[in-house]
Amino acid sequence: MMGNAMQYLMDISFSEVVNRVFWFFGAILAVWFVNIVINHPSAVMLGIKNLWLHPMRSILTVLGIFVGVASVIWLLAISKGIGDEVQRQIENLGADTIMIRTVKPPSEKLSSQGLTPYGLTREEYDMLSATVPTIRSAIPIREMRRQFQFKDRKLDGRLVGCTPEYAEVTKLEIDRGHFITDAENFSRDSHCVLSAKVAEKLFPYEDPIGQRIYMPENQDFYLIVGVLKPKGATAAVGGSMAAQDFSNDVYIPIRTLQQRIGDTIMTMRSGSREGEIIELNQITLRCRDVNDVKKTAELVSTALSSHEKMEDISVVVPLELLEQAKTTKYMFMVLAAMIASISLLVGGIGIMNIMLATVTERTREIGIRRALGAKRRDIIRQFLVETSVLSLTGGITGILFGLLCGPAVSAARSLANSWFEKQMMDLPAVVRTVEPSIVPESITGAFLISLAVGLIFGIYPAIRAAKMSPIEALRHE
Amino acid sequence: MSFSDFSTEGFACRVVDLKKEFVLKSETVRALRGVTFDVPTGDYVAIMGPSGSGKSTLLNLLGCLDQPTSGSLWLGDDDVAKMTDDQLADIRSRRIGFVFQAYNLIQQLTVVENIQVPLFYQGKPLSREQHQRCLDLANMVGLGERLDHRPTQLSGGQQQRVAIARSLINDPFFILADEPTGNLDSRTTEEILQLFERLNNEGRTIILVTHEDEVSKRAKRVIRLKDGRLQWDRTNSQEVRDEAARYAIENMPVEV
Ligand SMILES: Nc1ncnc2c1ncn2[C@@H]1O[C@H](COP(=O)(O)OP(=O)(O)OP(=O)(O)O)[C@@H](O)[C@H]1O
Ligand SMILES: [Mg+2]
Repeated sequence: MMGNAMQYLMDISFSEVVNRVFWFFGAILAVWFVNIVINHPSAVMLGIKNLWLHPMRSILTVLGIFVGVASVIWLLAISKGIGDEVQRQIENLGADTIMIRTVKPPSEKLSSQGLTPYGLTREEYDMLSATVPTIRSAIPIREMRRQFQFKDRKLDGRLVGCTPEYAEVTKLEIDRGHFITDAENFSRDSHCVLSAKVAEKLFPYEDPIGQRIYMPENQDFYLIVGVLKPKGATAAVGGSMAAQDFSNDVYIPIRTLQQRIGDTIMTMRSGSREGEIIELNQITLRCRDVNDVKKTAELVSTALSSHEKMEDISVVVPLELLEQAKTTKYMFMVLAAMIASISLLVGGIGIMNIMLATVTERTREIGIRRALGAKRRDIIRQFLVETSVLSLTGGITGILFGLLCGPAVSAARSLANSWFEKQMMDLPAVVRTVEPSIVPESITGAFLISLAVGLIFGIYPAIRAAKMSPIEALRHE
Repeated sequence: MSFSDFSTEGFACRVVDLKKEFVLKSETVRALRGVTFDVPTGDYVAIMGPSGSGKSTLLNLLGCLDQPTSGSLWLGDDDVAKMTDDQLADIRSRRIGFVFQAYNLIQQLTVVENIQVPLFYQGKPLSREQHQRCLDLANMVGLGERLDHRPTQLSGGQQQRVAIARSLINDPFFILADEPTGNLDSRTTEEILQLFERLNNEGRTIILVTHEDEVSKRAKRVIRLKDGRLQWDRTNSQEVRDEAARYAIENMPVEV
């Protein structure tokens, strides 16, 4: 309920309404300012001249607005950059897919003697692919840690048993050769496809296609039939925090894996033997239509409800993750905008403070000008022009600095990478790799807000100056 | 006086039963209690009177800096007493020349710029003629060589001369001067008075407030206020004026 309302606000009202309000007030302010510049150029010159009388004071006041405007742009750009990156990773999972993952059940659910089989079964895979009407394809996946070897070069990586559709769903792109085919899967060929990094590490000099890699744990050789292009990480699934990394993968047909390795895997860990009996690590379902995803996910959960007791599977729906991530991103951006607005507010108070001081200091001058024929509105204009010049200078320089956000973040990152390498590696990948993405509205918004701040916070001092009677103002020492 | 023969022709201003009250929290100060007089064009009037008698109040009303409580003040064809704040400001920028005791120049502006200020508020860009007029006025008050100086770089007498030039820029009904020599020594006072005399000889109407008899004797006419009323209104004979001028020059301190 809340989520829906939120979504509605985000999708329709937020950008649209805010945009229109901005443009409406922006147009009024701009017309006012342009009118002054055209009709009273001398007032603008006078304002600049007066501000130049106290350069330090003016620059510090401008700095307040500058920081506010720049931080609006920066904070929005960075939060949008992070949000976009998360969104992109989720989108890479495929919005039309549902992933059912085998997870290790809590230890009290496993019997103490021997190994308990758990997780998804081939039977369930057959059942799902045969009975769920809304799916286009279903991909069974089995994965495990393995060592890969060629000549004396070794590499620890992930062995993935899968079907041909896996490449398409996971957006793997073939560089040379071909991905696993149905024929290879059917006849359980000992063929494999290497990811770009594995190929590069094991075959720095040779062409990998046609060579065989060795897996010592199984004392087995696999013929290389394809090499993939490099690929970035995607979002984490199945409760693991780390993003899925595809860089150390080797892919073989799942039927080959079943026959040659089997379901039981024993590993030696700190002296004791550990093992697991798993038929499938994951089933990826691909729906015919994105609109079917939620319905299908419910159906699948019901069909697999027997796993509830064991708690050994989890259903991941990227579409839901995506919606959550979008909402989170917008909330994040709204929060960033609010924080940045506070600094604009502080900048505005700075302007008001300086203008009040200026009005008091220049009371005598105001009296002289009034006595020589200045109308109230001339005085108001004079002070508003000064605050506008201050806030616009801050606004424009702030925007220019805001536009430097991208290069500045990369520069800061490369500095941080060389000085604090260790600490940087501990940061989440999203933070390490964030590319700020400037929100166009934040530029127009920041510009208009800075102009508005100048006028709003300048109007009170200006009116106070104009309200004084000329005689009283002249008496002021 | 019937209304039909009330004419403003030939008068710099006509003041009719002018009253001004200041309403304070505890009391009402009646600064002017009904003052009536006329100033013909080309007149030179000194307003005298004890402190608090309402001289500055009267001058501020004449200068359209304030609105009277009742009465009329005719400048040209307009009764200023009925005008709004904006209209008063307009008159001030177009037809009033004010000279203050404290000079009241704008510190950050140069001599020329100070002279131009009233034109600035007439709402039109400065014409070439107006600019030339500024230079002529600066020359006339003897500051042609100091156009780019700031007030802080000038002596009191020089500042007051800039103020007089400024008061003339808009071709005013009259020059109003509230104790213009109050801050000056006798030598500079004499400079200013001679400048006034010259302007008056050229046809300018001058109304000045002063405490000093020597200054008031130089005017054509003296109006004395007491407790917000006109006490007397006299004309100085030419002999009195010449005598005062001669006396001032003879008694001027010798330059060292
Ligand atoms: N703004 C004001 N508010 C209240 N009372 C005022 C105001 N201005 C003048 N007064 C009062 O009006 C009276 C006349 O003042 P005004 O300044 O005209 O005197 P003045 O003749 O110029 O005196 P001085 O020779 O000392 O300059 C005084 O009693 C003064 O206190
Ligand atoms: Mg006075």
